[in-house]
Amino acid sequence: MSSAILLPALLLLPLVGAVVVALLRNNDRLARLSALGFSLAELVLAVFAWIAFDAGGARLQLTTSVEWIPQFGVNFALGVDGIALVMIALIAFLVPVVIGASWEEKLPEGRTLGGFLSLILVMETFMVGVFAATDVFLFYVFFEAMLIPAYFLIGRFGGPRRTYAAMKFFLYSLLGGLIMLASVIGVYVTSADVLGKGTFEWAKLVEISKDLSPTAQFWLFLGFFVAFAIKAPLVPLHTWLPDSAAEAPVGVGVLLVGVLDKVGTFGFLRYGLSLFPEASKQLAPLVLVLAVIGILYGAFLAFGQSDMKRFVAFTSIAHFGFIALGIFAFSSQSISGSVLYMVNHGISTGMLFLVVGMVMARGGSRKFSDYGGMAKLTPVLGGLFLVAGLSSLALPGTNSFVSEFLVLVGSFPNEPVFTIIASVGMVLAALYVLRAYQQVMQGPVRGTALVGLAGGPGSATDPESETFKSKIADLSRRELIVLAPLVALVIGLGVYPKPVLDVITPSVTATMTEAGVTDPVVSQEGNK
Amino acid sequence: MLLAQVEQVQVPDLDFPAIAPILIVLGAACVSVLFEAFLPRSARWGAQFGLSVLALAGAGAALLSYLGDAPATGVTTLAGAVAVDKPALFLWATLLILGLGSVLLIADRRVEPGGAFAADAAVRPGTIQDREQATTVMQTEVFPLALFSLGGMMVFTASNDLLTMFIALEVLSLPLYLMCGLARRRRLISQEAAVKYFLLGAFASAFFLYGLALLYGYAGSIKLSAIAQAAGGSDRSDTLLFAGIGLLVVGLLFKAAVGPFHSWSPDVYQGAPTPVTAFMGACTKVAAFGGILRVFSVAFESTSWEWRGVLWGVAIVSMLIGAILGLTQTDIKRMVAYSSVAHAGFLLIGSIALTDEGRAATLFYLLTYGFTTLAVFAVISLVRDANGEATQISSWAGLGKRSPVVALIFTVLLLALAGIPFTSGFVGKFVVFSAALADGMAPLVVVALLASAVAAFFYLRIIVLMFMREPEENGPTVSLPGVPTTITIALGVAVTVLLGVFPSAVLDWSLVGAFIS
Repeated sequence: MSSAILLPALLLLPLVGAVVVALLRNNDRLARLSALGFSLAELVLAVFAWIAFDAGGARLQLTTSVEWIPQFGVNFALGVDGIALVMIALIAFLVPVVIGASWEEKLPEGRTLGGFLSLILVMETFMVGVFAATDVFLFYVFFEAMLIPAYFLIGRFGGPRRTYAAMKFFLYSLLGGLIMLASVIGVYVTSADVLGKGTFEWAKLVEISKDLSPTAQFWLFLGFFVAFAIKAPLVPLHTWLPDSAAEAPVGVGVLLVGVLDKVGTFGFLRYGLSLFPEASKQLAPLVLVLAVIGILYGAFLAFGQSDMKRFVAFTSIAHFGFIALGIFAFSSQSISGSVLYMVNHGISTGMLFLVVGMVMARGGSRKFSDYGGMAKLTPVLGGLFLVAGLSSLALPGTNSFVSEFLVLVGSFPNEPVFTIIASVGMVLAALYVLRAYQQVMQGPVRGTALVGLAGGPGSATDPESETFKSKIADLSRRELIVLAPLVALVIGLGVYPKPVLDVITPSVTATMTEAGVTDPVVSQEGNK
Repeated sequence: MLLAQVEQVQVPDLDFPAIAPILIVLGAACVSVLFEAFLPRSARWGAQFGLSVLALAGAGAALLSYLGDAPATGVTTLAGAVAVDKPALFLWATLLILGLGSVLLIADRRVEPGGAFAADAAVRPGTIQDREQATTVMQTEVFPLALFSLGGMMVFTASNDLLTMFIALEVLSLPLYLMCGLARRRRLISQEAAVKYFLLGAFASAFFLYGLALLYGYAGSIKLSAIAQAAGGSDRSDTLLFAGIGLLVVGLLFKAAVGPFHSWSPDVYQGAPTPVTAFMGACTKVAAFGGILRVFSVAFESTSWEWRGVLWGVAIVSMLIGAILGLTQTDIKRMVAYSSVAHAGFLLIGSIALTDEGRAATLFYLLTYGFTTLAVFAVISLVRDANGEATQISSWAGLGKRSPVVALIFTVLLLALAGIPFTSGFVGKFVVFSAALADGMAPLVVVALLASAVAAFFYLRIIVLMFMREPEENGPTVSLPGVPTTITIALGVAVTVLLGVFPSAVLDWSLVGAFIS
């Protein structure tokens, strides 16, 4: 009984926090303290939700449902499966980190930190809502509503080309969302044909999914697919991400690539595979091709980037290719791997984004070529840059390794060709990450961002001198506290991913049953 | 013998409680004309404003008291000329509240010192007299004009035969033509708008009348139900029927500013005094679509296979024109005009669904759209510089910094027009599109969604300007609204948000009862 209150509380708390922080916006100190307080309370609630969740239990748990628009069978229905739960936990974990990282954010003139943090909390509510909704209509509502805080966060608080980036982000997502709306309505109308009375309830829609004709499934799935492919960015629809990530403030960028984009891959699982099993199988080859293209294309472009934030965005596009590959390879290992990848990508790319942000906060430039040999000045930052990078390239022992490995091993029996091509992406990842690290951190101290600071542009100053070191300081205690939990998870989940996998696996199995796919026999003998 | 003849004249039954709202509004309009003639100038504004508000409130009260014991199927009265059924009552209620909001905007004398209307509309622009009148108090003739127009709209949505409909159309249109030319500032563009509206409106009326004549020739009756019966199975000339439908519908679509028949609306929206634009944008749209709904579902339903394809085309054209041309506008009132053309396309989709859901969806959409539009124009009337309203979009830059509250309100309204969740605009779009999809109009829905995405761009552009740009030097400021304008804005925003979050009560109401035939 008491567990039913958890999800509404998870939704409500950040919203209350947002109002409080907005009221306190004239006092930076109070605003950020209360924002941090609310986000930590949210994390505690998420931990409670994790404890209340029974991994072996019902398909959807912690459910609540209130009638919302009875005329259309719309309910304000919440509930989570294992996949949604880990995503909500990831959100609750990342938001305090982001708030900590934005503690002394340099905002454009005239903007207040309180306004910024307030919008972050609003976004947290909507992000939790997207993952917790079990009513397709409600999901759509959160899906679209999420755009508004994100739009203002990029457009008001971002870099020099922020309005362009915000507009592009909004229009891309809105277009996808509206196409999805056609399918959402279509699902409702077809459910009315089958059941007599239309419904948006996800569980009921799963039951009738077998009764839909393949053509209807195909068109309805296509609407969802376009929206999710834009969100997750699959390759031809990805161009908004580098712009948005590059112009967004670092904290928003973390949430953008860390959580917002996962809505797309989550949607593939929850609304693609489960609601339209036949169409998913039919379109799988297309998705796989796009996924593999994304892996290679993202990697090549990441390698060629001169802008650090765009670099992180392109590494994400490569990683999303892996996630999509795992989902549409249809084996329990590959899908579990993909879900775990969604969590790990949030942690490792989020950390990479934050570290890059800390580098930029010191040098004041986004260009790789303005930096060099920074590890000599900031050894701790250098070390953590390396940790984030290695996690991003999936070095064994880090969290991403487990998930990438699961995806590749699980995909191989079904899709050997795609898997082999995708594994090239792992090599490329090593290439682009290490190049970035080498350029920024290793070698002699160089680059206008570092050298120029001490004694005017281009002047060679002795890096050992005290004046030089004081300009480019190593991590502050606050920054260390922000990064420490991320490092702990990178290594912790790399060594012992079982707690997360245990929560994910039953839901993945259930999803596969709904999608009507079974593990290939070979993989069960060969890999278990 | 004479006496016997007199007795034979049948006095039609009058269902007074049912038509009381119309009688009150039109009666008050007549009293209002007398006020204009006999009250001293100093007393007029107060008396007219008070009378208008009282009349609308009284009509609303009459409507509410009738609502309780109104027969579920509706009644026809005045010898079958007026049909008071549930949809008509819904539309009346909508019109009365929107009309009240418009009257409040019209009465505001604080935003534009002295009121938004000319003291003497007949003076030639640019002359000395014209400059003098800028300092005197506004004319109050606008109040009776608004009441007449509103009364006409109410009859229009309830008229059960085509001739009543035509007369109602004229009663609602003629005052509007005049009101468009009454702007205190920018007299020339205001008069141009009035003439343009009048000329094109006269053409549209002629089309309507010609269509009416042909339909009479076809069915031998002007009653909507008789036309439906005649079309239901007879060997009469289809040419008369379809030519009649075509001409009649053109006249209706013109009033509703749909698709290719919209060309008057940007000029008129821009030139008319903003309170009048609000009145037109909200109430005329409701009335016109109310009439369209009734004509389609009562008179032409049985022939829908023949004409629906054409209206598919019209709806698509309307949505595309509105969305695409809206992108290029530099004046905010013109932009809202094009946006209303796009919205008219969405409304037309709901109107041609011809199902219970389609009718209810259109009614709901009209209500939500009306309130949002009313508040949009109320906000527009507040943003001013030295030359009056600053309608150049570029001059709105940085408004979020100067007046965060107004900018925030306007953002909510724009998001509602764009159809973002948690606003009434989203629910409206949702109900219309789901009715259309259920009636097998999937391609139309897809086009509508694409058009919404395009249209979102120009709404967003304003949000970008307000919040993400720095204010210009000497840019416009937001004048402090008087109480009436504040009430209207609060009403519009409250309805926009409330119906976005809790739409079910109004949805229920819109679903009840059908048109009586």
